[in-house]
Amino acid sequence: MSQNRFQNLYPPMPSIFMAPTEIMYDAKHLFLFSHTQGVKKPYKEVIDICWGDAHSGGTKPLTFVRQVIAVCIYPELLQETTIAPDVKERARRLLRECPGGSVGKYCVCGIPFVQDGVCEFISKRDGGVPSYPEDIFICSGSQNALMFVLKLLVHGKGLAQTGVLTPIPCYPTFVMGLTELGAAMVPYYLCEDDGWCLHVEELRRALATSRSHCNPRILYVINPGNPTGHVQSRESIEEVIRFAAEEELFIFADEVYQDMMYAEGSQFVSYKKVLFEMGPQYSNTVELASFHSVSKGIMGECGLRCGYVELVNLDPSVKQSVTSAFNTERNTAVIGQIALNIMVDPPKPGDPSYPTFSQVSLHETVEALPGTSFQAGSGGIYAYLRLDLPQKALLQAKEEGTDPDLMYCSRLLEEEGVCLVVGKEHGQQEGTYHIRICIGTTSTRLKEVLRRLKSFHLRFLNEFS
Amino acid sequence: FEVCQPALWKMTENCFMHHRTKVLTIDTMNPNVKKVEYAVRGPIVQRAVQIEKELKAGAKKPFSEVIRANIGDAHAMGQRPITFFRQVLALCSYPELLEGNEFPEDAKERARRILQACGGGSIGAYSASQGIECVRQDVARYIQERDGGIPCNPDNIYLSTGASDAIVTILKLLVCGEGRNRTGVMIPIPQYPLYSAALADLGAVQIEYYLDEENCWSLDVSELRRALVAAQQHCSPRALCIINPGNPTGQVQSRQCIEDVIRFAAEEHLFLMADEVYQDNVYAEGCEFHSFKKVLFEMGPEYSDTVELVSFHSTSKCYMGECGFRGGYMEVINMDPDVKVQLTKLVSVRLCPPVPGQALLDVVVNPPRPGEPSFNTYIKERTSTLQVLAEKAWLTEEVFNTVPGITCNPVQGAMYSFPRISLPERAIQQAKEKGQAPDMFYCMKLLEETGICLVPGSGFGQREGTYHFRMTILPPTDKLKIVLEKVKQFHQSFTQQYS
Repeated sequence: MSQNRFQNLYPPMPSIFMAPTEIMYDAKHLFLFSHTQGVKKPYKEVIDICWGDAHSGGTKPLTFVRQVIAVCIYPELLQETTIAPDVKERARRLLRECPGGSVGKYCVCGIPFVQDGVCEFISKRDGGVPSYPEDIFICSGSQNALMFVLKLLVHGKGLAQTGVLTPIPCYPTFVMGLTELGAAMVPYYLCEDDGWCLHVEELRRALATSRSHCNPRILYVINPGNPTGHVQSRESIEEVIRFAAEEELFIFADEVYQDMMYAEGSQFVSYKKVLFEMGPQYSNTVELASFHSVSKGIMGECGLRCGYVELVNLDPSVKQSVTSAFNTERNTAVIGQIALNIMVDPPKPGDPSYPTFSQVSLHETVEALPGTSFQAGSGGIYAYLRLDLPQKALLQAKEEGTDPDLMYCSRLLEEEGVCLVVGKEHGQQEGTYHIRICIGTTSTRLKEVLRRLKSFHLRFLNEFS
Repeated sequence: FEVCQPALWKMTENCFMHHRTKVLTIDTMNPNVKKVEYAVRGPIVQRAVQIEKELKAGAKKPFSEVIRANIGDAHAMGQRPITFFRQVLALCSYPELLEGNEFPEDAKERARRILQACGGGSIGAYSASQGIECVRQDVARYIQERDGGIPCNPDNIYLSTGASDAIVTILKLLVCGEGRNRTGVMIPIPQYPLYSAALADLGAVQIEYYLDEENCWSLDVSELRRALVAAQQHCSPRALCIINPGNPTGQVQSRQCIEDVIRFAAEEHLFLMADEVYQDNVYAEGCEFHSFKKVLFEMGPEYSDTVELVSFHSTSKCYMGECGFRGGYMEVINMDPDVKVQLTKLVSVRLCPPVPGQALLDVVVNPPRPGEPSFNTYIKERTSTLQVLAEKAWLTEEVFNTVPGITCNPVQGAMYSFPRISLPERAIQQAKEKGQAPDMFYCMKLLEETGICLVPGSGFGQREGTYHFRMTILPPTDKLKIVLEKVKQFHQSFTQQYS
């Protein structure tokens, strides 16, 4: 029997944020297993609507992206007549940029050609605000990029422990990352009644209380929000930047959903653009890390693992260290960088491979459900509903020794075969309960999810009325 | 290092306009990050990149190209990929190709199987954090076959973003404690600088054990013991890292040596980390790769039930050379169940390893079998790649040993030579005046005069007063011959110049 030498010796990982998902996934596997054993259920398959993963949800990858990748992997395909000329041209260009002409090569800091493309994309998006390749760090996904930049800043214990202002609700992986690195999470509550918007007074409150137990240095914002889908107004972004400037905070702007805007008239404006339009007093001083990735947007290539961070206004004294530190990081898969290149430089209207994409609008159906409220977002890939659970249900949960939203979700899974994310995972105000649904899926699948959810929800309300 | 106009402009503006202190300065930065160095991509490579730019801009130099013999990147040096692997990956990327006639049936079969295991049938979907289940099963089967039938549980397999990612993950689990209780990790000198970089990053104590240069870089357990005892004074040694075949040294450990190491780890309660990414790169007569796991299990339950071992492998080396795909795995043996739970959580923070890399790994452990349409081509390509590497390994050793002042141990395996160079006293003095390690001084001069980029031995660690460089054996044979000749000439002229 191996000795249990490592008990108490390794940094503890957070259990609170993992538990609901684990429970749900265990339950899902149990049901899947019982289904294969011939146990009768009112549904044929479990629909897992947890992850922000478009392809798992049935969305097809974009042909252009996949053709370019296939040709880069197997250049013999350049002879294929069925492959469009713009695909071949892009693949040839990318292969030229890989010394040795192969995607099997390491890429330090990212392929320069891809970095340049990222800069052009950012600059164009932000109405001409310049972007420089040496500020772009290509990583294996936005989580990887977040951890890389966090690591530069996070250290210290006790009062000196680096604090990170984190929105509540927030997706759990980020919080786990903070724990892994030994950062102190400083929660600030988004205002549900106000469409999940960010109030600077709340930031101020959170910051003030945090100073008694840590050293807050980072302000993390997710825009568009996860799970809320809220898209910040320009004024809100300006307020946040002003706040960060006053309080000397490094802004981490997680903007991976920037290409997923669905509400009419809503518009994404980047933190960088707003920063630069606020004049040199801010644009020359406020430190900003902006994150993006190929996992979301119209490409939804989560499995390829590629994203980038743009670091703005880094102190010159740290640039060398940052680059050296980055050089020791394991490099990003070339395939992922190819996807990134296409994301920032997609086929244009008129090109043979110009893609299309459509998104389902969710709110009508959901809002019709009694006993829920839904602050519809304008972007992102999730719908985040509040469950107004009847008193009886709360008591039942207490009796069962579980959380009300977990009880709701477990039953939903059991009775209707729908697996979604329990609100507790994201953090929520005491006494409120939520569920998160990924809406980045085919409309057929989504309609089915909503049908089952409605059926279950009405029954649930009835049972506990 | 890189100074370009826009950056200067920004810097001037900053200094000119504001008085706000930055949040991130060299003083407020995570001190561990500052300590991190990675010689393989350090200052000499940065200079090489600069020179390449200068050449492109038309600068006149005594050479027409920079030869990057610094990093173990096979494809960058023109090594051809294995056709079958690329075919399966292309099919996985663009499954419509399954309908056509361009690809053989065995490639299609594997692609279909992989895609079936992916969410929505796409390699663009997240996979389970531990890796796609059927890939882990295939890896387990591969290990079992390799190790003569010793069982391998797929639950103990964690797919990763290259082997480096897995190595760092395990180190994260191991490093804890303060002061005298701080985790110490034993690493070979010379070592692959990922280890020293990761240890610096994690704030762990680096415990160095010297490989024996006089004896083909072999590992001596008495040296392990010496290092351990010395370390126990100031830290808590918890892990022992072995690289076999070695990097940069290329030595292939004998079976006896591996047994001795396992026994030592058992006696001293050390967690064994076996980096075996070069396991197919064995060239020298009489040398054979023995996996740590196999030897462990053949030593009987007293060891196989107790010694904690993690073995690492990847798709970046051997005959595949697919560094850019970031495929890799680790097998975890005898890990405490509670720690394993933590490990599973830890890997979920990065979501999952790149799915194309997982797919590639699957084909690597599940290559064409005799009788399948692609078998002949596969075996031919694989054999030829390994054979050419073996020839180049031998050639390198031979040529370097003809140079007075250079001694090169046999390159038994891996992808590098690590010859020892004797430097004239005057050169050493000049280097010190410049604040450079003497072998860095040597390599910088070599780069400036010949365009050949090597990594100085100081980047890997070496005995005090000795100097080395690491050169890959990857350039194509005719180019390698030229490189060897140029280094030979340079060494002779350098020696003369500074005597």
